[in-house]
Amino acid sequence: MEMDRSAQAYWKAVLKLVGQILIVWFLVSYGAGILFADALNNIHLGGYPLGFWFAQQGSIYVFVALIFIYAKLMGKIDEKFDVHEQ
Amino acid sequence: MSLTAITYLVVGLTFALYIGIAIWARAGSTSEFYVAGGGVHPVLNGMATGADWMSAASFISMAGLIAGMGYGGGLFLMGWTGGYVLLAMLLAPYLRKFGKFTVPQFVGDRFYSKGASSVAVICLLAASLTYIIGQMTGVGVAFSRFLGVSNTAGILIGMTIVFAYAVFGGMKGITYTQVAQYCVLILAYTVPAIFISLQLTGNPLPQLGLGSDMVGTSVPLLEKLNQVVTELGFGEYTTSVPGSKLNMFVYTVSLMIGTAGLPHVIIRFFTVPKVKDARSSAGWALVFIAILYTTAPAVAAMARLNIHATVNEAVLGGGDLFDNENILQYENRPAWMERWEVTGLLQFEDKNNDGRMQYYNDATTDPEVLAKAEAAGWEGSELDVNRDIIVLANPEIAMLPNWVIALVAAGGLAAALSTAAGLLLAISSAISHDLLKDMWMPDLSEKGELLAGKIAMACSLIVAAYLGLNPPGFAAGTVAIAFGLAASSIFPVLMMGIFNKRMNKEGAIAGMLAGLGVTMLYVFAHKGLFFIPGTEFLGLFGGEPNFFFGISPNAFGAIGAIINFAVAYGVSKVTPAPPEHIQELVESVRVPRGSKAVSGGH
Repeated sequence: MEMDRSAQAYWKAVLKLVGQILIVWFLVSYGAGILFADALNNIHLGGYPLGFWFAQQGSIYVFVALIFIYAKLMGKIDEKFDVHEQ
Repeated sequence: MSLTAITYLVVGLTFALYIGIAIWARAGSTSEFYVAGGGVHPVLNGMATGADWMSAASFISMAGLIAGMGYGGGLFLMGWTGGYVLLAMLLAPYLRKFGKFTVPQFVGDRFYSKGASSVAVICLLAASLTYIIGQMTGVGVAFSRFLGVSNTAGILIGMTIVFAYAVFGGMKGITYTQVAQYCVLILAYTVPAIFISLQLTGNPLPQLGLGSDMVGTSVPLLEKLNQVVTELGFGEYTTSVPGSKLNMFVYTVSLMIGTAGLPHVIIRFFTVPKVKDARSSAGWALVFIAILYTTAPAVAAMARLNIHATVNEAVLGGGDLFDNENILQYENRPAWMERWEVTGLLQFEDKNNDGRMQYYNDATTDPEVLAKAEAAGWEGSELDVNRDIIVLANPEIAMLPNWVIALVAAGGLAAALSTAAGLLLAISSAISHDLLKDMWMPDLSEKGELLAGKIAMACSLIVAAYLGLNPPGFAAGTVAIAFGLAASSIFPVLMMGIFNKRMNKEGAIAGMLAGLGVTMLYVFAHKGLFFIPGTEFLGLFGGEPNFFFGISPNAFGAIGAIINFAVAYGVSKVTPAPPEHIQELVESVRVPRGSKAVSGGH
């Protein structure tokens, strides 16, 4: 019984992490890059209008960071619940 | 040395390198043929995935499309990178834990049904074949320019080489050759971009150059570009969207989930040693992809500016854009234009017979632009530049040294070949392994399986080349349709297989069929039945293009995916739950411990 609860708790922790990362993922691309791009274009990053920058540069940098953050945090969750590969 | 000689030399050397590696790592058993024995390091695997991923569409076509679309072109950039986040979190580690060779095997086992696995094969074939059509379009552009032949001849020659190449090695050959190909193609992409960025902005990093001021002025490059293109009647570069914001949104979704559902990319994550590696592998792949994808917008904007500057001295020199004295005379056109005219992908038509090359948006509704054009005696835009040539012509347009032009040719060929080969492999394994061996002819020998795989490759190449001769759009646009098909069929079924324990075979099959069916219907209505020109049936839906809320067929995969999820969910509610052992299987896939090397045997 103890083990089973742990498996469910593990899956819950995983889903929570995935959910949090997806929120950031959505905000930088669909949010800043598309939905709010026009408003952000009033702000400039060097010669870039900010909305344009998110759509063509910024979101990509954030995506790369997100995957590594996910991989690292997942590694921690795996060890915490003792399900990591040996 | 002449340009032609240098190009042959550079292309020849890179090919010798790939073939050398392929011989060195020549595939032996079927296990090696498909996934290289499951022992590839995450960084190398990431690089190879990058090469596999960055096809003719990314390398040759994408920046050209962005150059034409401006801001809205960001949908390709976000779509084709954001999908990796989904892939890393939602699919790759679980499919690796599952430990089978192919996507249909996962679907067949998870949904305890050969029917489900057959439907998955159909979805996979539809997406991969469409993808290869887009590749062949790009291959045609690259080879026609490289050999100085027509586009048609380019496609036929390219097809032969791709076939020889894919049959020769297996995945193992391909994994290591693809690492080499990645290096060639990323150099070929970034070196000219660095040169051009230096020329225009004085900043060597294209990613920063795009946001810098024009050399010797305090005007940002993007502002200058905006001013030039709007004055010539085009939409403002930094704000123009394809159709509508809604279309751009849906298009991006479609490319993202398509990325996560494309079989030839997923198959990559079966080749890493551990579940842990599958997660970071996706990250490494994206690092290597991002180098090209963050350079592409700079290439796009700078190429756009350079093309206008080539035919109109007033663009960089200042002065009146509509003064005919500033317009390039046809007889003085640079050599690169002549070279591309041979391929038929760049055309000049002297509509007002003044011997000069007027290039503007003659379809604009801006009365001021039309009035200026009329006053200058312009009778329509006279230059037609196929967007697929922008990247390959880019170093020539910027008058870079010959070795850079040769390098770009080699990079374009590498990109086209590597992806075409990876796709052919996905197709051949689907047919020989999933259909023949697992379903129709279980006692097929290893040799027979390999032979069947090769025959499947040949057939799909012939189909792709035929349709590539009459492509349904630019390379990147056609490839986007392939993503739509993967998005509407494969991504949802994989996701539900992992995240929804209650999903059963009835739901999965109905969902895949509905998603794929609806998407194909919408695409074929616009582009012709199986992309055969002349068989469009838009009339059945009122004849209005993009009739579904203004969403273009290239973007429709996201809608197909929603339908897939909805139908699958509905059907699974009214049909029996999957058996106990399947639910346990799902539980075990969710935890990393106990992962084994991949196996394909039964």
